Amino acid sequence: MKKILSLAVLAALSTTPVLASGKTLNIYNWSDYIAEDTIKKFEEKTGIKVTYDVYDSNEVLEAKMLAGSSGYDVVVPTADFLQRQIAAGVYAKLDKSKLPNLKNMDSGLMKALGNFDPGNEYAVIYLWGTTGIGYNTKAVAKRLGDNAPTDSWALVFDPANAAKLKDCGISLLDAPTEVIPAAMNYLGLDPRSTKKEDFEKAAALLTKIRPFVRYFHSSQYISDLANGDICVSVGWSGDVFQARDRADEAKKGVEIGYSIPKEGALQWFDTLAIPVDSKHKDEALAFINFVMDAQITADITNYVWYANGNAASLPMVEQDIKDDAGIFPPDEVKAKLWGAKVYKKRTDRVITRLWTKVKTGK
Amino acid sequence: MNATTLIANVMRLLNRSGFRARSLVIAVPFWWLFVFFLIPFAVVAKISFSEAIIARPPYSPLYTWTEDGVLQLKLFFSNYAYLLDDTLYVSAYWSSIKVAFFSTVIALLIAYPMAYYIARTTERRRNVLLMLIILPFWTSFLLRVYAWIGILKTNGIINNILMSVGITSEPIIMMQTNFAVYVGIVYTYLPFMILPLFTNLVKLDPSLLEASADLGARPMTTFFKITLPLSVPGIIAGSMLVFIPVIGEFVIPALLGGPDTLMIGKVLWNEFFSNRDWPVASAVAVVMLVLLVIPIMLLRNAQNASAGAAS
Repeated sequence: MKKILSLAVLAALSTTPVLASGKTLNIYNWSDYIAEDTIKKFEEKTGIKVTYDVYDSNEVLEAKMLAGSSGYDVVVPTADFLQRQIAAGVYAKLDKSKLPNLKNMDSGLMKALGNFDPGNEYAVIYLWGTTGIGYNTKAVAKRLGDNAPTDSWALVFDPANAAKLKDCGISLLDAPTEVIPAAMNYLGLDPRSTKKEDFEKAAALLTKIRPFVRYFHSSQYISDLANGDICVSVGWSGDVFQARDRADEAKKGVEIGYSIPKEGALQWFDTLAIPVDSKHKDEALAFINFVMDAQITADITNYVWYANGNAASLPMVEQDIKDDAGIFPPDEVKAKLWGAKVYKKRTDRVITRLWTKVKTGK
Repeated sequence: MNATTLIANVMRLLNRSGFRARSLVIAVPFWWLFVFFLIPFAVVAKISFSEAIIARPPYSPLYTWTEDGVLQLKLFFSNYAYLLDDTLYVSAYWSSIKVAFFSTVIALLIAYPMAYYIARTTERRRNVLLMLIILPFWTSFLLRVYAWIGILKTNGIINNILMSVGITSEPIIMMQTNFAVYVGIVYTYLPFMILPLFTNLVKLDPSLLEASADLGARPMTTFFKITLPLSVPGIIAGSMLVFIPVIGEFVIPALLGGPDTLMIGKVLWNEFFSNRDWPVASAVAVVMLVLLVIPIMLLRNAQNASAGAAS
């Protein structure tokens, strides 16, 4: 048995391509956020050996970036976090002469990213998506009837609905700067408002539905939705689609839907950026350029079900993904999306404090 | 001059200069504590007196040299004042202490009979049982906590069994509750309670129990009058090993607990990650350490006292 085992290890070792160049690249990306073969293709094409680590919250990435010497060469911050981190001096400017594939990018979306990174000096768009509602269609219909308001924030934020969904499980993202503005949007307030009263009204609403919320988490809901452990999640679009995919594969009769609420939703951009203390900047630029290749980006979108900012990739994106209003929303829905707001430090503290109060009652 | 006399002479010289071989032995743990505890603590304490800014690293320098060579020292005590401003911190400390206290009591109640049995059984069986206590450490602690998720969750092992047997028709929600947190903590820390209790109980002189029985005491009386008092040092050692780390526990409540499980580890995480306020986070950590020193001192005193009484 031991012999077989060591043979297997040998076989595994010998299939790893020998990378003669000795170049390495350390990537830190969100969990479940890349196509299965992207890294392999990059290694084969360039001979650069990639170390790939994952995280599931911007806060964790930010703490590593602010501490410095993270050892990572490419990271994927969300645009509002990117803006603050640029201000803190975390990122290196991109050498655009080494990024010929920039021509593939959608100029309108890159302009939108310019609100956070003027002139697109530090980052390019990786993928983008919305923060909406993922739901188990059968479980919700059973409790709220066929006319359940699955196309509205009312599904979660109306206490009467939330109460009926309590037993099958509601989860919210543990991301106060995304959920609190969504509650403000449902209340008819400006989701980008920075008024303390507005945050407090949203927190009061969330406190009302709090008894019906099972947990606050930013990645666990993917498998829980797929397994039927919970039935409604305020979550990120592509993650809900992955849950849908996993539910289909499991064939346990769980059907997952995603909706961008009719009141509006947060549109966010995740970006590729290079930490200023990266030791492999050339390799990092090579990777960013590689990802901006139309086919590579299309592969990633086809795999993770998030929209991208790469106009040239769209012909290669699968038709049913392009047609999915939850991934590439039509213009009338797009008009209701809002961009993230970068808050002042004091405002951040107000939001975090209210969030703790919502969660713990203290 | 041969080697032995050389060493003897060197030792005499060292002794005369106040150096003892004992200090050499103490030096190793001392330096260990200095390097791995005092220096990191000093760094944390330093950050707790600075001000949060948007920079890398995200806090202001404690001291600066001005151009004319003046050393400017800026200490922000506001981070500590802030902890009293908001009741959140006090209630988080309090509920951490509560969780740690009940976990310790539950662990003690489970561990004592186990340790007692292991100490009293035949040597062969004792080795097997001790092995079983230590065995889980060969698997990552994180994996073992994840295993509990599989056991406790709505579609998990317990609920599947209960529902297939027909005891309940609806799954019992155990994950994301305080119950799950206690299960996780007691499970994880149980060996740290059993092992000190065992080392204490195994030393217990059986002739004392025989003497007690000869004098007409029932087994229960013997237990409460002889065994239990003599095992107090083991109880204290085990309780310290459980109580102290549980107060600062973050991973178990984060994985098994619900959002309303308020513990100081989580509050610290929030300050550090969500508020990006490293100074306040450091102040929370410093206060926690100071709060921990008090029960440690009390327990150590109790331990010394009982050790003194026993000898």
